[in-house]
Amino acid sequence: MADGTATRVAGRAAVIEAAAPVIELVGARKTYTTGSLEFEALRGVDLRIGAGEYVAVMGPSGSGKSTLMNILGCLDVLTEGTYRLAGEDVEELDEVELAAIRNRRIGFVFQQFHLLPSLPAWRNVELPLMYAGVRAVERRERAMLSLERVGLADRTANRPGEMSGGQQQRVAVARALVTDPALILADEPTGNLDSSSTDEVLGLFDELQAQGRTVVLITHEAEVAHHAHRVVHVRDGLVTVDEQVAR
Amino acid sequence: MTWSQTLHTAWSAVRTHVMRSSLTVLGILIGIAAVILTVGLGLGSQRDVSARIDSLGSNLLIVTPGSSTTGGIRGGFGSATTLTRADAEALASSTNAPDVKGVAPEKSTSLEIQNGSTNWTTTVTGTTASWLSVRNRTLSSGSFITDQDDTARNAVIVLGSDTATELFGTTNVVGQSVTISDVQFQVVGVLASAGSASGTSLDDLAVVPLSTEAETLVGGSSRSSVNRIYVEAASTGQLSAAYQEAQNTLLNLHGISSASSADFSIASQQSLVSTATAVAKTLTVLLTGIAALSLLVGGIGVMNIMLVSVTERTREIGLRKALGAPPWAIRRQFLAEASILGLSGGVLGAGLGVLAARTLPTLVGSTIVVSGAAIAASLVVAVGIGLVFGVYPATRAARLAPIDALRSE
Repeated sequence: MADGTATRVAGRAAVIEAAAPVIELVGARKTYTTGSLEFEALRGVDLRIGAGEYVAVMGPSGSGKSTLMNILGCLDVLTEGTYRLAGEDVEELDEVELAAIRNRRIGFVFQQFHLLPSLPAWRNVELPLMYAGVRAVERRERAMLSLERVGLADRTANRPGEMSGGQQQRVAVARALVTDPALILADEPTGNLDSSSTDEVLGLFDELQAQGRTVVLITHEAEVAHHAHRVVHVRDGLVTVDEQVAR
Repeated sequence: MTWSQTLHTAWSAVRTHVMRSSLTVLGILIGIAAVILTVGLGLGSQRDVSARIDSLGSNLLIVTPGSSTTGGIRGGFGSATTLTRADAEALASSTNAPDVKGVAPEKSTSLEIQNGSTNWTTTVTGTTASWLSVRNRTLSSGSFITDQDDTARNAVIVLGSDTATELFGTTNVVGQSVTISDVQFQVVGVLASAGSASGTSLDDLAVVPLSTEAETLVGGSSRSSVNRIYVEAASTGQLSAAYQEAQNTLLNLHGISSASSADFSIASQQSLVSTATAVAKTLTVLLTGIAALSLLVGGIGVMNIMLVSVTERTREIGLRKALGAPPWAIRRQFLAEASILGLSGGVLGAGLGVLAARTLPTLVGSTIVVSGAAIAASLVVAVGIGLVFGVYPATRAARLAPIDALRSE
């Protein structure tokens, strides 16, 4: 608990600083209601993540880390508390505005890759740009660039089914990068990968971080979390440990 | 997300499930083809009816006896024998009716005609020489009965082509003789075939001079009456004038002061046409209704397959939403998919309808009229059906919560 309090105090102080944090979560509560049953998934979480940080969120299943990920990804809204993403207040936004925020600010990487099997790699990568209203020529250009960056310049026309798991996840990372978002949010990105593919993808995240990207990685594997510079432990809807990792 | 992207995405989704999409399209296709065919059939039969009635002559008025009032009891329509040969002669007078070109009284009885041991019962009509032109008929061989035949009460007969064939096995019968009621008639001519109208053959009849029919074949007290009088106006424009003249002449002749108590009625071809077209129209509406039902079933098919598609692609929808697709973009994508199904069904259905309209008449013998307007309308309807039945599935897709959608397996 002591650590949590310390972070909160540090967070408050940081608000005064010129550079706004990428993520600022204050007194975050999330309650799910099923019939007459109420379940409190988040019970007052304070979290502040600055630009360029590489943070791993860890916790056992049922700890509330998935809920945290949904909130951070603007896929769900808080019951109580405030969430500011890249300086933008996400509370009280409607569905359309949330969609726009997700499109502009967040790049998602999912455990199951979530690529559309009927589309070639570059078409998958350009999807977010389509919803951003970018013109076709520019979309293709940026998709190609993004694929090049994840080392798949020679696989742009392949469909997901024709690629290895590691390659598919790299396509997903390219898709997350293509809108140039403030935050890369990865939910168990290596959960479905073998060890060599895991190294491949984690190496990619390391590179992104080195380039100044903000990366939040949700995982339950200590080995994966070890790549991050900061590890946040979640248990029973609360942040229990928030520590910098010495490299 | 622009329209072209939406359509592109929708089209690739339709193409991904070829079998499923084709079956759905088939439902719409059948509905559209059925509607085009039934509407075409209805229009065709209306056109047929008008054409057949027109072939009788569009300048024609038909005078029929009205009901008689005897001792205060009004008989049924046509029960009276109020029309006579004198009426026909009065109508033919150019002083009484200057707008009338020709008059043909008809006195018909069903009689047995014999050729040796072969006999055939048909309508034997007594009329005058003007019948041929008034009824717009032609001869295939021989000559028609003349005024002289009528005056002299000659036993001459003109046969319809079917009647001739029934009696002699051929239409080449001019100069032969037949027997009716023990009177021998000489065949002087054979009518050219005129097909059939309202299910009655126009080729099964025999024509004799009116006087011969009245005196020799019918006799009795009703010998002076006729069943109907055909009045031909000089032109279509003079039809109403001819109608007035015929009515006035007959009212005068019968000593009746007001038209409302007339003992005859006059019908124009125009009124017959409108009655017949009204019948055809009712039938068309009925059949089109049934065809439209099949279109409705096709629409439900679209809805069904779109719901399947939404369920199946829940994860895709979730992903698209996570990547920033607003609900309207998702809704539009599924609506576009449903309209593509509808439009494909419409285009193919219209194609099939037109093809059937071309081939069926040669097999069945009825006219099918397919208008450009009908095709355009059916395409609009097909897309409309796609849209209407796509709204519910599309809205469902648009409302999916992205988290739940992403997590679904």
